[in-house]
Amino acid sequence: METFIMQIFNGISVSSIYLLASLGLAITFGLMGVINMAHGEFIMIGAYTAYVVQNLFRAYLPAGVFDAYVFVAIVASFFTAALFGAVLERLMICRLYGRTEDSLLVTWGVSLVLQQLARSIFGAPNVGVDSPSFLAGNLRITSTLALPYKRIFILFIALICLGGVYALMYKSRQGRNIRAVMQNRNMAASLGVNTRRIDSVTFAMGSGLAGLAGCTLTWIGPIGPTLGTNYIVDTFMTVVVGGAGSILGTVLGSGFIGIGGTAFEFFTNASVGKVLIFACIILLLQFRPKGIFAVRNRALED
Amino acid sequence: MLQLEYVKATYGEGTVLHNVSLEAREGMVTCLVGRNGAGKTTTLRAIMGLIDTPSGEIYLDGESIIHRPTYDRAKAGIGYVPQGREIFPQLTVKENLLLGMEANRKVKEIPEELFEIFPILKEFLDRKGGDLSGGQQQQLAIARAIISQPKVLVLDEPTEGIQPSIIQEIGQVITRLKSKMAVLIVEQYLEFVMEIADYCYVLENGRIIMKGEPENLDQEKLQATMSL
Repeated sequence: METFIMQIFNGISVSSIYLLASLGLAITFGLMGVINMAHGEFIMIGAYTAYVVQNLFRAYLPAGVFDAYVFVAIVASFFTAALFGAVLERLMICRLYGRTEDSLLVTWGVSLVLQQLARSIFGAPNVGVDSPSFLAGNLRITSTLALPYKRIFILFIALICLGGVYALMYKSRQGRNIRAVMQNRNMAASLGVNTRRIDSVTFAMGSGLAGLAGCTLTWIGPIGPTLGTNYIVDTFMTVVVGGAGSILGTVLGSGFIGIGGTAFEFFTNASVGKVLIFACIILLLQFRPKGIFAVRNRALED
Repeated sequence: MLQLEYVKATYGEGTVLHNVSLEAREGMVTCLVGRNGAGKTTTLRAIMGLIDTPSGEIYLDGESIIHRPTYDRAKAGIGYVPQGREIFPQLTVKENLLLGMEANRKVKEIPEELFEIFPILKEFLDRKGGDLSGGQQQQLAIARAIISQPKVLVLDEPTEGIQPSIIQEIGQVITRLKSKMAVLIVEQYLEFVMEIADYCYVLENGRIIMKGEPENLDQEKLQATMSL
């Protein structure tokens, strides 16, 4: 029973990380239709931002306030990645809307450049970020069952981000404009929506969420220049399984891959587990080629 | 109100409009008729800035708007009802209407008057736009365009694929609207044009070949132009 609960918790925890990493992609890929291979590198940028913030706190501030770096790091990693995203959108992506294959190649190139940039600045070896003391330790349920605070904290952040993205997309004027632009760019412009600005803001927001995901990853493992590559395939899978353009789909997609993946790993081993989960995805896409939550409507186009 | 002077429009290499000049005045319904492929829709797309216009001038209230981006033209006071209506299918009727208000931020809420014109919309406020029937979508598209109180309302084939009773209703709405704004309509359905138009332009192969009040137009020549 305890192993079962532990497995479920692990699954949910992994799901929450996938959810954080893929929320941004759900926006840039799912809504904007840009295949951003550099999404993983925005995760990496967020992670290194957290590393830098940690080092700054350690160097310049008294040890007593060190733990507060977490909150600064969360905000800083979001905005740093968002800034990189905004620059990338302005310089390159904005010329590539509707040219999927080109955007794939260009952003892949960008991802290589960013990786090398990280290598040049921080060095090739992995670096570590100390998680704050209040995240050390476990939530003891029974004598043998303990849930790490870090994982709970990440789950919490993922839920807040999810709520935030939902509120922004479905309850605000900005979100309404974003959805309108994504559904019909010309018509949105014809109604007075500044589509250029929407593109920039949306892409920056997606990138920022990736940065935030990167920040949380620093507490559960070492970070290196190739951090992003480890996550890019899984995050794309999450969005594709869920159904591009659907936030609820992304939640289900990350749940599917996170919980399914850990379950398969538990019964077999890491690599066979991976194979099995991808086999499931292939099977699923046979029956639902557009993902679990495909967007359907009465109009015949598309 | 809205003036086009020698507007040329191109799709890539091909020129679709050759020096089209026309004018839509306030208080009048101006119709642009012509056969399939004559360039009617292109003219409207040129007005909205959705197509390249390498030469010519477009004035709104005497101000040149030809170099402005599409969203700026909407904000300047052009309400656009495109061919095929182009309702946002995944957005609710209410959200579609709220988007119409983007062009004029002074309009803070959906005016009640709009529901007097289109009562069906009030009933369906929370439905997805894509779930409405064609006629309902057309009404929504017009409502969405006039909610921002534009100076010029531009409609592309408002009767296309719509049942006769709704066509009549739409005709009445347009006649009612012309007291507040200039109306420019692209239409193939001649009977409808003759009923509502105050002035007509006939387009063929990207050129204006005839213009005048509908009753003064050479009916035979018009019929010949419209039929293949």
